Amino acid sequence: MWKEYLFPASVEEAVAMLAQWDGRARLIAGGTDLVLEFNEGKREADCLVDITRIPELKEITQQGDTITVGAAVTFRQLDDSLLIRQRATVLAEAAHTVGSRQIRNVATLGGNVVSALPAADGSLGLRALGAEAEVADIQGRRWLPLEELFESPGQSKIDASAQVLTALRFKALSSREGSAYERLARRRALALPILACGTAVGLSDDGRTFQWARVSLGPVAPVCFCAHCTEEFLIGAEVSPETMARAGEIALSESNPRSSLLRACKEYRQEMIKVLVRRGLERAVAKCQAPLSAE
Amino acid sequence: MNKKTYPLTVTLNGQKVTAEIDPSDMLAYVLRDKLGLTGTKIGCDEGECGACTVILDGQAVDSCILPAMKADGCEVMTVEGLAKGGELDPLQQAFIDKGAVQCGYCTPGLLMSARALLDENPHPSEQEIKDAVAGNLCRCTGYTKIIEAIKKVAR
Repeated sequence: MWKEYLFPASVEEAVAMLAQWDGRARLIAGGTDLVLEFNEGKREADCLVDITRIPELKEITQQGDTITVGAAVTFRQLDDSLLIRQRATVLAEAAHTVGSRQIRNVATLGGNVVSALPAADGSLGLRALGAEAEVADIQGRRWLPLEELFESPGQSKIDASAQVLTALRFKALSSREGSAYERLARRRALALPILACGTAVGLSDDGRTFQWARVSLGPVAPVCFCAHCTEEFLIGAEVSPETMARAGEIALSESNPRSSLLRACKEYRQEMIKVLVRRGLERAVAKCQAPLSAE
Repeated sequence: MNKKTYPLTVTLNGQKVTAEIDPSDMLAYVLRDKLGLTGTKIGCDEGECGACTVILDGQAVDSCILPAMKADGCEVMTVEGLAKGGELDPLQQAFIDKGAVQCGYCTPGLLMSARALLDENPHPSEQEIKDAVAGNLCRCTGYTKIIEAIKKVAR
């Protein structure tokens, strides 16, 4: 276990602390995954650098059409945020499904991304929104597409002993756009998903065709997955029950779920891909037609 | 090996206290073993069962997986902080009145989850109550009486 526990006041200080420990320190946010990994002996570090007291990492902000969520924003904050509920519904709904109230009060969106589980609810919500991530290290900060951060199950490309995931950003959805999160688990709290699906769509002005769509699915691949063939199929397609059912079929054809002893067999997951994609698209479309309440 | 200790300061049930802790200690163990408050229970030790729930700066958290360092300088409320001047908290009385306690192991955690909910939202719906205690497992009661007890105070 770690011998030192530090609270940097800024991102720059966090990066400097990590550099000073030269690979022997590791970043911690909420710690709800990380502490368990330490207890199981899967991780080692001499020092933890806690980023949850850095003010800029705890904010949800909107500038123009862009929403930026600090990496240390908790799932509770996302769940409670009117801005996220209205303009990034898929992320608010995904946040609400994480763990329990106690976990959501502590666990962070950035931690969820860096934990890199293929069915991470936060990451699936973000992928449906086409999010980008900002990473800071000794060289400075840069924005990367979210999908570039995932290496393999449980393994992020972010080196938590040298780099800090600082923020996630995405475009706020407009009135002709909508999103939803569908999730199937053995119970409605404290259960990893059997299958989860994030959907976001934009409709034409007359509401009859899809202008664009994003469909994220997990766990159906080693990393948090986006169904690109399904998304391409939907561009320009008529908004109809047939189209949405077909989208589910295509999503199935490009996914590769595995059997899990604890949760579900591959065959069941395959059947449910069709159902969740269809339901997610239906709900995302319904949100496009619903008027936005006052901001 | 020399382990460096750290003087942790928290406002615990309204009183400022300090404890020398190992920086890798979890809050539940500091509360029980270093500060002598054994009302907070440890069940699963992995943030699943909620028996260790305490209120940290107004929010319910699982103290068994919370590094105690995260509570440094913060306000912590445990089940021992509920009764005031010999009077039970209305939630505690309601749990007794409604028979919401059987073996009692989950009770401190449930009380703290319910207290955090009611402090923030004095009139929650049944769904909001269920949502707030979904992270507290009880193997005796079947939850019905627990929900009834919280509802009694929430009205």
